[in-house]
Amino acid sequence: MEDIPYKYKGSILNPLKTLGFFARKPVTVPLEPREAAVNYRGFHVNDWELCIGCSTCQKVCDNAAITMVRIPGLPEDPVKGIRNERPAIDYGRCCWCGLCVDICPTSSISLTREYVHTCREDELDSYFILPDPNGMHGEYYPKGWAKTDDADLVDLDRQSMPEQGPEERLQSFGEFVGGYDTQQAIVEASRCVQCGMCHDSCPANMHAPEYIRAIWEQDLEEAVRQIYRTNPFAHVCGRICTRRCEAACSIGVRGEPVAIRWLKRYAMDSVGHERVREIATENRGDYLSGHKVAVIGAGPAGLTAACDLARNGHQVTVFEALPEPGGMMRYGIPSYRLPYNRIDDDVDVIRAMGVEIHCNTRIGEDVSMAELQQDYDAVLLALGLPFGRSTRIPGSEHKDVRSAVDLLRRISLDEELEIPKAAVVIGGGNTAMDIARSMARLQIDRHGKADITVTALEDADHLLADPDEIRETGEEGITILPGRGPKQCEVNAAGDLVGLTTVGVISVFDSEGRFAPQYDESDIQRHEAGMVIEAIGQLADTELLGEELTEQLEWNRGRLQIDAGCRTSEDWLWAAGDLVNGPDVIHAVADGHRVATSIDNYLSQQVEATS
Amino acid sequence: MRPENYQAINQPPSNEFELNFGPNHPGIEGNYAFKVKLNGDEVVAAKADAGYLHRGFEKLMEGRLWIQNLALVPRICVPDPAPMEVCYSLAVEEICGLEVPERAKWIRVMQLEMSRLAAHLFAFGGHAATTGMYTPMFWGVADRDLILDRFEELTGGRVYSIYNIPGGVRRDVPEGFLERMSKLLDYLESRLPDYDSLFFTNQVFIRRARDVGTMSQEQALKWGVTGPPLRATGLEFDVRRDDPYLVYDQIDFDIPTEPGGDALSRNLVRRAELKQSIRILRQVIERLPSLKGPVRCPIPNPLAWNVPAGESYARVESSKGELGYYVVSTGGDKPYRVHVRGPSSMHAVQVLEKLAVGARLEDVAQIMFSLDACPPEVDR
Repeated sequence: MEDIPYKYKGSILNPLKTLGFFARKPVTVPLEPREAAVNYRGFHVNDWELCIGCSTCQKVCDNAAITMVRIPGLPEDPVKGIRNERPAIDYGRCCWCGLCVDICPTSSISLTREYVHTCREDELDSYFILPDPNGMHGEYYPKGWAKTDDADLVDLDRQSMPEQGPEERLQSFGEFVGGYDTQQAIVEASRCVQCGMCHDSCPANMHAPEYIRAIWEQDLEEAVRQIYRTNPFAHVCGRICTRRCEAACSIGVRGEPVAIRWLKRYAMDSVGHERVREIATENRGDYLSGHKVAVIGAGPAGLTAACDLARNGHQVTVFEALPEPGGMMRYGIPSYRLPYNRIDDDVDVIRAMGVEIHCNTRIGEDVSMAELQQDYDAVLLALGLPFGRSTRIPGSEHKDVRSAVDLLRRISLDEELEIPKAAVVIGGGNTAMDIARSMARLQIDRHGKADITVTALEDADHLLADPDEIRETGEEGITILPGRGPKQCEVNAAGDLVGLTTVGVISVFDSEGRFAPQYDESDIQRHEAGMVIEAIGQLADTELLGEELTEQLEWNRGRLQIDAGCRTSEDWLWAAGDLVNGPDVIHAVADGHRVATSIDNYLSQQVEATS
Repeated sequence: MRPENYQAINQPPSNEFELNFGPNHPGIEGNYAFKVKLNGDEVVAAKADAGYLHRGFEKLMEGRLWIQNLALVPRICVPDPAPMEVCYSLAVEEICGLEVPERAKWIRVMQLEMSRLAAHLFAFGGHAATTGMYTPMFWGVADRDLILDRFEELTGGRVYSIYNIPGGVRRDVPEGFLERMSKLLDYLESRLPDYDSLFFTNQVFIRRARDVGTMSQEQALKWGVTGPPLRATGLEFDVRRDDPYLVYDQIDFDIPTEPGGDALSRNLVRRAELKQSIRILRQVIERLPSLKGPVRCPIPNPLAWNVPAGESYARVESSKGELGYYVVSTGGDKPYRVHVRGPSSMHAVQVLEKLAVGARLEDVAQIMFSLDACPPEVDR
């Protein structure tokens, strides 16, 4: 090579070159302590306030160096998705790769710029250290390798759900959410870090991590199997579940939670109904206990309990007053959110389990409670809350002031209804949105134009309805007026309802958190409408119990008194679902499991007692 | 007078004996053994004895998630770890069809050339030590340390960068890094004349290394020799130019060759490559600020990432020669098989065995260092 004069034979003066080095700084110098680089991957530090104990760091660790340690003093709340566990690191195994930092869903864990550490006297034999916000052993270390956008390994954006536009969907009661295709479902399922927060937060403790994994592996039958371990209303919950799971999802801390509900829907829609029925009834034994159980009400709680009891070999009969089983799922939820044929599929699986369902059978009229007590070993009340509450404001007794649940039921039953050109809804929950959107569809059908106003006590940030519902309601051209309390239903001289007067809300709750709305009387608005719909809560229908039984039972502030197993003060009578616990399908399913276990235990003891 | 029952015993000449060279020996790179048969101080036969560093990297990789292997692969060659992670990432990217952003490609080139500089400084320092010259070794190690400081800044780790990820690199270049890198290059360039006068043009070294461990170009090709040892036989072959990866086709650099095929030529090629690497790095420093945008493309959640079924062979020019990763995926979240083609698996076994024969005992260590053989690449 030209620039290396290696063929140069040297000169006698060459050694003198070394003299020049006396004037230069030595190449090797003694080490002095210095701070590591800004990105240095040293020991860990963990912000315990941010950390939710999801254990994702543990899963990605390629050296199995991380152990989750329970810290009793820390908060633990399955509903919010917080566990009181924090990662501890075995520095005999750690390789400081920092994958734990890059994948941390909350960005609580970081590496520091510290690389020298002396173990405490009591841990001389161990390299096992629990980092907290103060570093290790309370010694603060400056942060080094921490989460950045470049290196974030968490997929924060969910797959968007195909759905019809507002114009199109207002034309009918048909389902407007399209459902994921296979590719979308695999990508969405792959976002899951398998932390299990969803399982812990679900009232029915559904095995969401397992079925999400199965969907990702495209073993859809396994996904269905996992879903049916805890929920016979798989189709229903795949569409209208209030999804506590997604609120607790650890991906949701910084991004959009995994679309667990839509994944469940995808799995259920992808496997043929015949096969679903086979899978769901796989673990049903041929043992018959000889016991008979009556369930009153074919809603989610009653049918879940019936399904569990039938699986355990009891003979279960369900009595339903209305023409079709499903309860509030069929008669309270509009079919654009939950098509009836999906309820039919779920009910068919429950029937296949051996449950007998008698519709159009009203207890107290067709069959009496006394007869049930006589003929069955146990009776379950799963009556739900079929009546609407009234605001009892002046004018609310007018015939055009209607209850939302009553209207929704009539719409489902396809009854002829008078549809006003303009209507006002009182309430800010999901029922208010359901009736507003149903009425809008009917108005478009009859009058070609919708005019619905929803007035809610809560301010815009605290509306009780699901955020998706609120968004969709707004998209459909329905006006939502938050922070307005109902004052008076106005009736003209001819006796016709002409509108609703509302008043501005200052606060909904008092300083002790009790419901005590304060109004600003100077802020009055008048909403013209031919119909006012109250959607402010629901009431039970306990008349069927009869006077005698009502007297015998113990009550607590108008609610039936039950024990932890949902048993009433009468030893043959249980109660579950909305009647005693609120407020949605998945809670009713959970209640159904609980009461079924209690009834099953009772019946098993009877067997032991008689044998 | 002999006794009546005398019988002559036919025994081997007493001047031949066997010597264990390693596994712990200052003249061996890493834990590696070499059994030599000597006649006087001349080697008449040699046998490589590997396995002292065997950790089963290839088998381990089959049991780990795609991304977890990134923390494992740099360990296959401690002095030159960057090509390992880049090459593994390239192979995975090829199967997945991931599009690496332009900026990440240039950053990868920077990392690779920094690693090459560090490895060559280490190699010539080591070679000097085997010939009894310790100052170049101290210089080489001390100047390599300055490159490690920059690695620490860029990647968060001094030796094992674990900086690549399929789809790009894990962090952008820190602020002010390019200026500091530029200053380091100025310093290293100013050191080259010192290295020359102390080592590369030093008659003590030239006379020790000339005609030691010589191979012809024909032999080199037959034995699977690549990298500086191949270029030292006069063949101008370099993966960076002949099968360009990343952005090497947009960079100007020469491929130094030497005709001798001996230990001296191999060192002179490395010395010339120091200059070429500095030249490449200067082009990266010039180009990088004009390239905006992300440093990696999104990949799925690594805990649930199925790489599509397929196979790929990615190769890069490491400081030791052609490094290749043959990766097979059956569509799972872990590799089905990964084979690492470490250049040292040729250089340190059959080539070293052949070159040692006929050499003198004191040159065996020199020959190994001149091949820059890296035992963990053999024991992968």
